[in-house]
Amino acid sequence: MFRRPLDLPLDQDGSSKFLPWIIALMVYLAALSLAVAMAIGAVAGRWDQGLSGTMTVQIVPDISTNEPDQKRQAETTRALERALTLLRDTPGVISAEPLSVEDTYSLLTPWLGEGSLVDDLEIPRLIDLRVDPETGPDLDTVKRRLKGVSGVLVDDHGLWLERLVKLAHSVEVIALAIVLCIAVAAVATVVFTTRSGMAVHHGTIEVLHLIGAQDVYIARQFQFYAMVRGLHGGLVGLGLAALTLVVLGTLAGGIDLPLFPALALTPWQWVGLAAMPVASSAITMMTARITVLRSLAKML
Amino acid sequence: MVRFENVGLRYGMGPEVLRDISFGLAPGSFHFLTGPSGAGKSSLLRLIYLALRPSRGLINMFDRDVATLPRADTQDLRRRIGVVFQDFRLIEHLSALDNVALPLRVAGMSPQRIKSNVSELLSWVGLTDHLDSRPATLSGGQQQRVAIARAVISRPQLLLADEPTGNVDNEIAMRLIYLFDELNKMGTTVIIATHNEELVSRFNHPVIHLEDGEASMVRSPEKEGV
Repeated sequence: MFRRPLDLPLDQDGSSKFLPWIIALMVYLAALSLAVAMAIGAVAGRWDQGLSGTMTVQIVPDISTNEPDQKRQAETTRALERALTLLRDTPGVISAEPLSVEDTYSLLTPWLGEGSLVDDLEIPRLIDLRVDPETGPDLDTVKRRLKGVSGVLVDDHGLWLERLVKLAHSVEVIALAIVLCIAVAAVATVVFTTRSGMAVHHGTIEVLHLIGAQDVYIARQFQFYAMVRGLHGGLVGLGLAALTLVVLGTLAGGIDLPLFPALALTPWQWVGLAAMPVASSAITMMTARITVLRSLAKML
Repeated sequence: MVRFENVGLRYGMGPEVLRDISFGLAPGSFHFLTGPSGAGKSSLLRLIYLALRPSRGLINMFDRDVATLPRADTQDLRRRIGVVFQDFRLIEHLSALDNVALPLRVAGMSPQRIKSNVSELLSWVGLTDHLDSRPATLSGGQQQRVAIARAVISRPQLLLADEPTGNVDNEIAMRLIYLFDELNKMGTTVIIATHNEELVSRFNHPVIHLEDGEASMVRSPEKEGV
């Protein structure tokens, strides 16, 4: 099969000369979309996993009174200790650790800067609460438990996490939909190219038919040609996509975004991307085969 | 082997180009198909090599009704038929050897056996020095011999030739007919479409004559079972 020339000179068709380049472009776009989908999916998973089983308890100073700062701070500290005691006695709580005032200030520094503005603020005291995801108390239980403590706010990050994960999943779905659209466009391109090839070589196909070639024999010529072109295009597209991802990764690595985890791909995800030329090759091959068989079925 | 009963053929909505054609060809027979240009010889041959379906009537090939033939079986029947087309219909980008090898390749024969069979046949038709030549580099006579070799390489039970002597001088035409005669003696059923009356008269084979789309047996067979 590989040593002798094809019965149909498909490589001489003008319409099919661009097929590898079209496939390369499509694989390039599909690989980038798939990489985004996989990276965003992984990020959403990490957000979900990283924040499940954690809550933040805030002890907010009561600034509505005209009490001296020192007295107010002492009351806040007492409320903090009382909350810690209650939380540590709650079944299912793994740890309840207060953040020092300095640590809390350092969390605000990136947003408010250093200096007197931060120092002058009456900032809440924070407790990092970790509970057993299976047996630990839920948000309402913790709220009930701390009902008697003044100035308490409990947050399990559920609301913003839910929105963030929802956004991430939406981006993931859109990226996968783009991959699907590209695959459909690739199939349409191969159908068009194959039909053009059949029209150009109609005479030869007829001769092959009249000497008894089965449809699959003729289809094999088109599918082999399409498979090779799909593989070539896929490899070029993957190479360009890998280069783009590496460049983007290098550029993104220099930016410090505290709330945004790195969009890195795992080795298995790279393997998934590496399989794209094989997938493009298989898609072009099967599309060419089905197109030829369906067209030949209409011939005598 | 071949039986036509009241066969009619029209292209699209046009008039019938063949009307009420009825004849039978026994295995091992040799027939000429004659008639003026436009009489329907090529159309009749196309019906026999299954490139067309009749508009009406019954065609039975190798004891199979072609109207009810499944697609895969049609191809099996075609492999039992060798055709020498009027315009040769060689595949331009393939060498003489690859053109002749086509019927064997589509039948799934191994490359080693193909090469040996094809080389032997091309040698028999005097084209040993042109195994790797493309059709465009061959003369008309050489192309014709390649086309004949392709038609007979798979030892078909039925051999059809459409005006095989149309492009050659009388001497070569005679040699070609003798070649077909030899194949016929080896058991191949042969039908040759020609308008060369002189050639036909030299052989004592039955003649199916087509005129205005209707067939008549102008020289009945003596030994052939028609």
